[in-house]
Amino acid sequence: METHKDVVCTYCGCVCDDLEIQTENQQIIASKYACAIANEKFLVCRKERNLSPLLRVGGDLVEAELDDTIERAAHILAAAKYPLLYGWSNTSCETIKVGLELAELVGGLIDNTSSVCHGPGIEAVQEVGEVSATLGQVKHRADLIIYWGCNPGSGHIRHMSRYTLAQGRFRSGRKDRKVVVVDVRSTPTSKVGDEFVKIEPGGDYELLTALRMAIRDEEFEVDKVAGVPVSKIEELADLMANAQFGALFFGLGLTMSKGKSENVTAAISLVDDLNSRTKFILMPMRGHHNVTGANKVFTWQTGYPFAVDFSHGYPRYNPGETSVVDSLARGEPDAALIVASDPVANFPKPAVANLSKIPIIVIDPSLTATALLADVVIPTAFLGVECAGTIYRMDGVPLYTKKIVEPPPNCLPDTLILQKLLKRVKELKGV
Amino acid sequence: MEYIIRGGIVYDPLNGINGEKMDIAVKGGKIVESVSSGAKVIDASGMIVLPGGVDLHSHIAGSKVNAGRIMRPEDHYRDVVVKAGLTRSGVGYSIPSVFTTGYRYAEMGYTTVFEPATTPLKTRHTHDELADIPIIDKGCFPLFGNNWFVMEYLSRGEIDEAAAYVAWTLEATKGYAIKVVNPGGGERWGWGGSIKSIDDPVPHFNITPREIVRGLCQINKMLNLPHPIHVHPNGLGKPGSYETTIETMDCVRDFSDGRPAIHLTHIQFEGYTGTNWLNIGSGGDEIAKYVNGNPHVSVDLGQIVFSDTTTMTADAPFEYQLYLITGNKWTNADVEAEETAGVVPYVYRRSNYVNAVQWAVGLEVALLAKDPWRVFLTTDHPNAGVFTEYPRVISWLMSKKAREKVLSKVPRNARRRTMIAGIDREYTLSEIAILTRAGTAKILGLKNKGHLGEGADGDIAVYSLNPERIDPSTDYRIVRRAFRHAKYVLKDGELVVNDEKVVRVVEGRTYWVKPKVPKDLYESVISDLRSKFDNYYTVKMSNYFISEDYIGRSAPIYTGGD
Repeated sequence: METHKDVVCTYCGCVCDDLEIQTENQQIIASKYACAIANEKFLVCRKERNLSPLLRVGGDLVEAELDDTIERAAHILAAAKYPLLYGWSNTSCETIKVGLELAELVGGLIDNTSSVCHGPGIEAVQEVGEVSATLGQVKHRADLIIYWGCNPGSGHIRHMSRYTLAQGRFRSGRKDRKVVVVDVRSTPTSKVGDEFVKIEPGGDYELLTALRMAIRDEEFEVDKVAGVPVSKIEELADLMANAQFGALFFGLGLTMSKGKSENVTAAISLVDDLNSRTKFILMPMRGHHNVTGANKVFTWQTGYPFAVDFSHGYPRYNPGETSVVDSLARGEPDAALIVASDPVANFPKPAVANLSKIPIIVIDPSLTATALLADVVIPTAFLGVECAGTIYRMDGVPLYTKKIVEPPPNCLPDTLILQKLLKRVKELKGV
Repeated sequence: MEYIIRGGIVYDPLNGINGEKMDIAVKGGKIVESVSSGAKVIDASGMIVLPGGVDLHSHIAGSKVNAGRIMRPEDHYRDVVVKAGLTRSGVGYSIPSVFTTGYRYAEMGYTTVFEPATTPLKTRHTHDELADIPIIDKGCFPLFGNNWFVMEYLSRGEIDEAAAYVAWTLEATKGYAIKVVNPGGGERWGWGGSIKSIDDPVPHFNITPREIVRGLCQINKMLNLPHPIHVHPNGLGKPGSYETTIETMDCVRDFSDGRPAIHLTHIQFEGYTGTNWLNIGSGGDEIAKYVNGNPHVSVDLGQIVFSDTTTMTADAPFEYQLYLITGNKWTNADVEAEETAGVVPYVYRRSNYVNAVQWAVGLEVALLAKDPWRVFLTTDHPNAGVFTEYPRVISWLMSKKAREKVLSKVPRNARRRTMIAGIDREYTLSEIAILTRAGTAKILGLKNKGHLGEGADGDIAVYSLNPERIDPSTDYRIVRRAFRHAKYVLKDGELVVNDEKVVRVVEGRTYWVKPKVPKDLYESVISDLRSKFDNYYTVKMSNYFISEDYIGRSAPIYTGGD
């Protein structure tokens, strides 16, 4: 039996790096410190996976040799006029780099999952910037934590115990902090909070604006804003302005509800305003373990965090035009490479309808809904379990994940698969 | 591959060669005495031949550079780079993407560039980007001026332990030099406040900026690091800042041993007189006077170029002030137990009084400084201007006429409150070679860089500039054009730029230092770190450490401790 210490978790954006995993004969037998979801990832998920490369032959997916799947995939991409390369947030930065080179080579559209999650938040950053800090700053200093439109109690299970409520240098744990939860309904997180502010659905922008007004000592002519009594708003504004160090964490409840990027712009502006009174930061609760890294690699190589179109020979970015759902809904891509994601299970109907009409290549450890529609399916090793690679935590701290056990015979790391694919497409294109 | 660069006019100040017509031979990546008759000939007649440029301070990689890129799509839209055969696509302007950064430096004849500020916790990110920058050699300077371990050891007077900690962190992050930004001020900013002077105590840490700078300077000497401490002082960017700057330089005067013990970076930003934005003036002459009289100091310019750019620094409270002044978008990124950072877009205008004074300060320091080996050309890219504007700065240094052209367009009171109009000095080509390669290589302690002697790295730049025909004093536009687009560039003995175009993409080295400290001391400090690391950080100590195989073409420099 072997114990692997300081294992980096590849589930959510918390990227906990203190897990202990026990193995015996290349099998994971137990884990320590992992949350319920991570435990599932390390101990259960790998049992329900795709172990064989598959090719569509006469309407059916049949088992195939790995080289044959790469060959077919390369031909699809080389022949396509405007291929889509989508996913990337559940895999390593090393893989994403190869994906970007491939996208540039084939003149395609490359997008990552932030396009359908925190993309509006990034557009807000492009409007007004972003006042943030690493999670350790919050752990050491914050006396006020606000969770807005997010539910770490269910989705980012160790966020509170590791980062926001843990003992820090200047705060001795939970009792030194005030926790406020703003949401449209009560959640496991709101039950832990000291205050729960129930807001009307779609009222985020109004409430954030009202808070900005209250912080500037402006008077209200109404009794309620977004279903919240003005007295409560004034109380909350005082709480924020009088905190020593405040931290606002927001989720898809803010970025994907009515108002989208404008909600986040209002939240960032509120935090900007608060910095003239005290110290305040904010941070999106990023979902996948490397969605932050995907944004970062996209940006340092192309200048843009997602939705990058290479059809002109240079990177072009115009969300709404070059973003995956919009482009698919208009039926533009004529082939798709899907890496570590499952758009068929998540995208709106018109986008899925058009996706189902074009050749699809799926590179993923699991047999996803998208894989079932695909022409080529290539299984991969699990990042952080069966292969190593770099990922970025939600606050931008990079971590190198480990290989703990050997992957099954036909499941290579996706970096290697992408490299083989890139090499073959280059040959086919004569470059 | 063998090359002979024939008939060029060579400037190699480290070897005392000042504009001599001679051949340079290259073989096996190095400069050699002679090559075989089969060597490829590069005809450099009527051109100048210099060692490859060495930049000691340019923000090209890492989390704050990328934060600037993310925040500013509008910066990218105006400068797109199309994929072409060998070279990858990207974007340029003030915050170029990684590939573009490498190509543009190479096209300018630069072959070595250092990223001067990386917070240790995020230095893996910096290396991720550095690895993607093609052609040039590079390295990065980890930040120590607000580090909890450093402040604690120093406040307890445990200088040996502090030195061992710095040695461990340099190795853990694969860093090259000790960087200090707004010492103590970053920790203060963790609570939203700022440090006013170098004797302001840092809350909770029982230490002052002066003690941090002195401690790190002493550690730098104990570890025998190749580069002096690289310092961005307190109070940067404020009227009256020149006094704090001189105090900072002076606080380590007793560490003088004939060579620089402290490097003050982007000195322009911290060389202002006055008490407010209306009466701000140039302290360039005061700074130059101090530098001239004190050989323990070196500086780089951080020269202003009038343009739309992106400011970024670990001095987050400075960026907050800039946000308040401009109302532009603002990014802030504090890092636990270590540092802060901020990013704000900014436009320098000739018509703006303050900007015009800033422009004068950098040039005054350069033109009044007597020893070119302790003054280096930078624009603190992209803070005061983009690195591709270096040729413009060169033209200002070499031509009074070029300066007068700018002066004729700045506000009259800016002319009155600066000395620049009265300075006649014009730099020679040899001095420019010192400011941009020989001097920077020397201050970085890179023995194989910045010169063309036998055994030096085969990093060479050839520019279409004929000093026998061109007078840089009047033909400054030709000088500017020549330095912007090198005719030929060799990197490690390979021709990477031919006829002003990138023709070959090679992988550059990443330099880092591995200082040696006594084994017992090292082990006791590691054990102290182990016991505290989990309390200070939200990552494990083992995951903080970057292994050597992570950083691509690793080039460690081993230094001996006392």
